[in-house]
Amino acid sequence: MTQYIVRRLLLMVPVALLVTVIVFVLVRLTPGDPVLVYAGEERDPETLAQIRRSLGLDQPLPVQYVAWLSRALHGDFGRSIRTRQPVLEAIVERLPATIELGLAALLISVSVSLVVGTISALKRNSLLDLLVTGAAIGGVSLPNFFLGITLILVAAVVFRLLPPGGYVPFVQDPAANLRYLILPAITLASASLAVNLRQVRSSLIDVLAQDYIRVARAKGLPERLVIFRHALRNALIPVVTLVGLQAGAIIEGAIITETIFFWPGVGRLAVDSIAGRDYPVVQTIVLFSAMSFMLSTLLVDILYAWLDPRISYGARAR
Amino acid sequence: MRETAVRTEIAVPRPRRGLWATVRRHPRILVGGTIVLTLVTAAVLAPVIAPFDPIAVDPGRALLPPGPPHLFGTDDLGRDVFSRVVYGARISLAVGVISVSIGLVVGVTIGLTAGYLGGVVDLLLMRLIDALLAFPALILAIAITAALGPQIQNAMIAIGIVAIPAYARLTRAQVLSVREHEFVLAARALGVPPVRIVLRHILPNIVNPLIVQATLSTAFAILQEASLSFLGLGSQPPNPSWGQDIYYSQRYLANLKWWMSAGPGLAIFLAVFAFNFLGDALRDLLDPRLRRRE
Repeated sequence: MTQYIVRRLLLMVPVALLVTVIVFVLVRLTPGDPVLVYAGEERDPETLAQIRRSLGLDQPLPVQYVAWLSRALHGDFGRSIRTRQPVLEAIVERLPATIELGLAALLISVSVSLVVGTISALKRNSLLDLLVTGAAIGGVSLPNFFLGITLILVAAVVFRLLPPGGYVPFVQDPAANLRYLILPAITLASASLAVNLRQVRSSLIDVLAQDYIRVARAKGLPERLVIFRHALRNALIPVVTLVGLQAGAIIEGAIITETIFFWPGVGRLAVDSIAGRDYPVVQTIVLFSAMSFMLSTLLVDILYAWLDPRISYGARAR
Repeated sequence: MRETAVRTEIAVPRPRRGLWATVRRHPRILVGGTIVLTLVTAAVLAPVIAPFDPIAVDPGRALLPPGPPHLFGTDDLGRDVFSRVVYGARISLAVGVISVSIGLVVGVTIGLTAGYLGGVVDLLLMRLIDALLAFPALILAIAITAALGPQIQNAMIAIGIVAIPAYARLTRAQVLSVREHEFVLAARALGVPPVRIVLRHILPNIVNPLIVQATLSTAFAILQEASLSFLGLGSQPPNPSWGQDIYYSQRYLANLKWWMSAGPGLAIFLAVFAFNFLGDALRDLLDPRLRRRE
């Protein structure tokens, strides 16, 4: 197991390097000269050249890349062109809001899909099951910005139950924080909920058809124990994979939802920075989300091996 | 004994199944296919179907609720929402077709090369695919579109690049299993050039899962285009586009002008649903190994 983890980590290094190259190239391709953004009203060629030099933008691309990478490895991701704030600080500042939203959405998605998916699998082809499978297929196809806007319309504009958007820090006013959290959390949960629901249902149905379930029933085990101790435990292994990957993609999910609900997280920062041609910020957010996605993939694989002893990662490469 | 069994099977003429019979045995293909065909028809015949010019401004008819002659109402500039939705199908389907083609051609080429040649080529190509897979899909699409400039053509390229890894991995896995079959070994023994072996002998045998993947990724592409346009990175105003029209409608939410987003929202839902549904149904028909247990 340790050997497997070490090998996976080593394999990750070249891929992670490739990821940094892709990020670097993409951001350098972006139209618009960051020097002009940085300079503001200043148009004196002398001054512009000096800014270019001070940002290191007069160097050849490979040199710029190496310089950028070595600074990044030391935790220095440069300063935001728009606010002059250190990029890392700007991201870390907004991370709690994104994590709060992401966790709330995962909580909704996992708890609802577990309960409803299990009932649906146990009562196959019942009316509830048909409704659930139908809703799950529908949920995957529904763009979450449309759902978010519809929720704002119904819950905030028509019935005035909840605020249409905004944010209050939890430490400042917990109750208000939760009121602002509900709509964006439901919106963000919707897509993964549909996927998780289908997975819980279909893998539980698969497991219930296995011989060891028949044995458990044949030896007279109460149905409750058969379901909870034998079936669900095994059925949930693929669900763990899905949820792990969803947790790794937390920034991606937050982009649209945070934009709709004026949620001051990393996703909204990304959208604002793209609009403002704020290279260093965009670059760092894309890099962070790729790295967290890669790490979560690795963690999920390890967790998978730990949960299911039948899976051996000993000698086989992939 | 085994041989006789095989012979008998060959001797019995298999009844030929027409398209209609297949469709009747798989009603889900009929449902998904019909919605997809309807969307394609709407896109192609948009000038005939749409009752109004989708970009013609008419301040006198601004913000009318749904009702004749404006089925889905009008927006703040008096443009007919229904006509914009019909024309929007052109953008969405074009993005679907073009980006899926990019992903398919590049991804399958990478997969065929890596799978057939193996060795160092395989190792290098697959690390590149791993690096692409390391990015969450929407983030990569946003980063590429932002880099190339916010235009619909660039959104198509971005969504196409995002789709590459799925095709490359699928193709490579299929090639690895097919290339050990006797007919490939025989072709190789006869001295058939590698390119011809791959294109004439291997590719036709792995086409089914690719069709399924292409259908499902069209649904994903339409959803991604809508997201990019919603963020202002896709189709630009005043051209009709579902995602961008929903973004635009946001400012009238507080005034309860719900119809400005309802039309395009339902259209996205319908299009994505149709391709997902059709893809699932095709999977059951074409790819029994991947069949999901219901």
